[in-house]
Amino acid sequence: MSDLLSTAFVTVFVATVIAQALPLMLASVGETIGEQAGVLNLGLEGVMLIGAYVAFVTTLTTGNFWFGMLAGAVGGVVANLAMLVLNVWLGLNQIVIGLAVTLIGEGITSVLYLQNYTKSPASLGSQPSMPIPGLSEIPVVGQAVFSQSGIFWVVILITLGLAFAMARTNWGLSTRSAGQKPSSLDAAGGSVMRTRSIAVVLNGALAGMGGAYLALLTTSTFSPMLTNGLGFIAIVITMLSRGRILIVMITSLVYGLAVAIGPALQVSGVSVPADIIKMLPFLIVIVMLIVFARSSVVPPALGAAYSRGAR
Amino acid sequence: MDTRTSSAQRILQGFVRSVVPVLLALIVSALIMLAIGASPTEFFAGVWKYGVTGDNWQRSLVLMAPLVIVAVGLIVAFRGQLWNLGYNGQYLLGAVVASGLGPVLFGVMPAALATLIVFVVAVLAGAVWSLVPAILKARYGTNEIITSLVMSFIAVGVVNLLIKGVFKDPATTTPQTVVIPDDQLLPYIPGTEIHIGFVIAIVLAVVAQFVLSRTSFGLRVDIFGASPKAARHVGLNSTWMVILLFALSSGLIAFAGSIDILGQFSYQRADWDPRYGDAVMPLVFLARFRPIASLPFVAFYAVLATGGTLAAQQAGVNVDFLLVIVGLILLFMTITEYIGERRRLGQSYLPAGLRRTVTSLVRPSRPGRVSAFAPLAAPVDPADPADPGPTDPAATERTRA
Repeated sequence: MSDLLSTAFVTVFVATVIAQALPLMLASVGETIGEQAGVLNLGLEGVMLIGAYVAFVTTLTTGNFWFGMLAGAVGGVVANLAMLVLNVWLGLNQIVIGLAVTLIGEGITSVLYLQNYTKSPASLGSQPSMPIPGLSEIPVVGQAVFSQSGIFWVVILITLGLAFAMARTNWGLSTRSAGQKPSSLDAAGGSVMRTRSIAVVLNGALAGMGGAYLALLTTSTFSPMLTNGLGFIAIVITMLSRGRILIVMITSLVYGLAVAIGPALQVSGVSVPADIIKMLPFLIVIVMLIVFARSSVVPPALGAAYSRGAR
Repeated sequence: MDTRTSSAQRILQGFVRSVVPVLLALIVSALIMLAIGASPTEFFAGVWKYGVTGDNWQRSLVLMAPLVIVAVGLIVAFRGQLWNLGYNGQYLLGAVVASGLGPVLFGVMPAALATLIVFVVAVLAGAVWSLVPAILKARYGTNEIITSLVMSFIAVGVVNLLIKGVFKDPATTTPQTVVIPDDQLLPYIPGTEIHIGFVIAIVLAVVAQFVLSRTSFGLRVDIFGASPKAARHVGLNSTWMVILLFALSSGLIAFAGSIDILGQFSYQRADWDPRYGDAVMPLVFLARFRPIASLPFVAFYAVLATGGTLAAQQAGVNVDFLLVIVGLILLFMTITEYIGERRRLGQSYLPAGLRRTVTSLVRPSRPGRVSAFAPLAAPVDPADPADPGPTDPAATERTRA
């Protein structure tokens, strides 16, 4: 058990928590913005996979992690176009479109990866780290948190920025009203279509970046079905966080903790079957759902396409 | 529903609306195959060759057995507007009951009795597994899509643990269950190599069709699906309805898993997940939630999947390409539906009772809190006179411009 508290061990543990939490955090923040605007995106899993694959290919060919993240965001937006056009603009069933996007995302990334990369499985190598002068000298925290790549900091800044924007700006107010009562947004002179379109584009970009982060920084590679249900966990986290992005960040860290415990136990000599480690996040999520069932709140207009004049 | 059109016309239009999405999906998937350097002609020729010709049609019918039962299970829940998406886990739970409990039971009692017990336990396992999403939905209105999916992921883990643990065949190194001998599996239909599970599946579909469309229970399900609030006013107990429909749906899907093991596979490997539900779900939408109407679609998919496994290899794509085809069917289904609704061609893919959107009937009781039966995306049908107000999204666009 003495291994469990050694500096090196704790450093790795904290770094693992962050690496596992960040992709989920990005996707959940994206889903929060979408859901607050009234669009439930069940295609999140597919969007993340497409973002991950595009990012993987981009970084593999260019060697640049930043290009990869950018490409992941673009890939996510493109994948979300189906939701944008068919649901937000034409008012078609969100569940069906979302599941279609998930299936197509899973299928196409798996087919393309196996077609192009099975013969020479590719790893992207380690992430470029950007130690913060001074802070990175602190033991444990310095290594685990303040020596992350620049991408980590950009992600944190984007998330905090969006948390502020959702809570304190007119844009955030419009977005939330599109999910709470679209007709009042309409009456106040805002455009439900435009508000929801922006939310869906942001949702796609963030989920795509979440997938990209997972492929580039967390796993350093791509494999078929890489996300393994992470998109659905993001939707649950969004529901439990009641639209508050700071709580989304905290819940994501709890998830990261749950995932990191498995390998940590194995290092310390307690053998836990891989299946239990895979199951753990879902178990925690269902327990949270049962315990906090009363407080999982979704916006009233979630899932309902808005058409002016309809009651 | 438009009463001016004759029923023959309606059936024809319904047929067109169901087949067009499938055709479009196949065309687009052929284009995608061309784009990634695979051969669509070889793929579709392969599907025909390995799915139909020779004795291969029998393999397709064998695959149909679990698919049809899964379809019936999904229809039962979807008719009540309960979106049970935990099908993968439910199927695997049923399968593991058969592959784990089966070998033990077959050793100590006559095969017929053992088979019966396996089926009963499998259905119960599926039904019990659905209690968590059902109760959360009934009591707190928690979105059942999410809870059933999460429960499904947990079920996959539990099944893997069982296969690697108590149910593991000690004689093998790979984690798998004991192989059930051939003479104890479900018997074949005489003269074929199709097990009687196929017959059971067809009978189930016919019975379900009768129950859902000709009995008071079916009417209750439809009323409940159309509006839980209205259902409460006519004296239906919503809580029990949610739990019952979920248990029926989940139990049927688990039954499909057990019949697949006892009829076809005879053992189960860890990490095996055929994900039948993902493929069947769009098909039941196309069949407008009618069990018998789902049969031709399921047959079509069974051929596609049976032939597609080998055909995909030959054509130079991975089997996962089938997921893309299924996803495209879903997308084109919604698009066809949209165009069809604008032209008022035939009927919506939701049954008449369900089409009337619940949104206009059930309002959240308090702002900021979703009601126990908040509808998710019930499409509004402009052809339906009961729907108030202009609902054509294009009209909104026009006024804007």
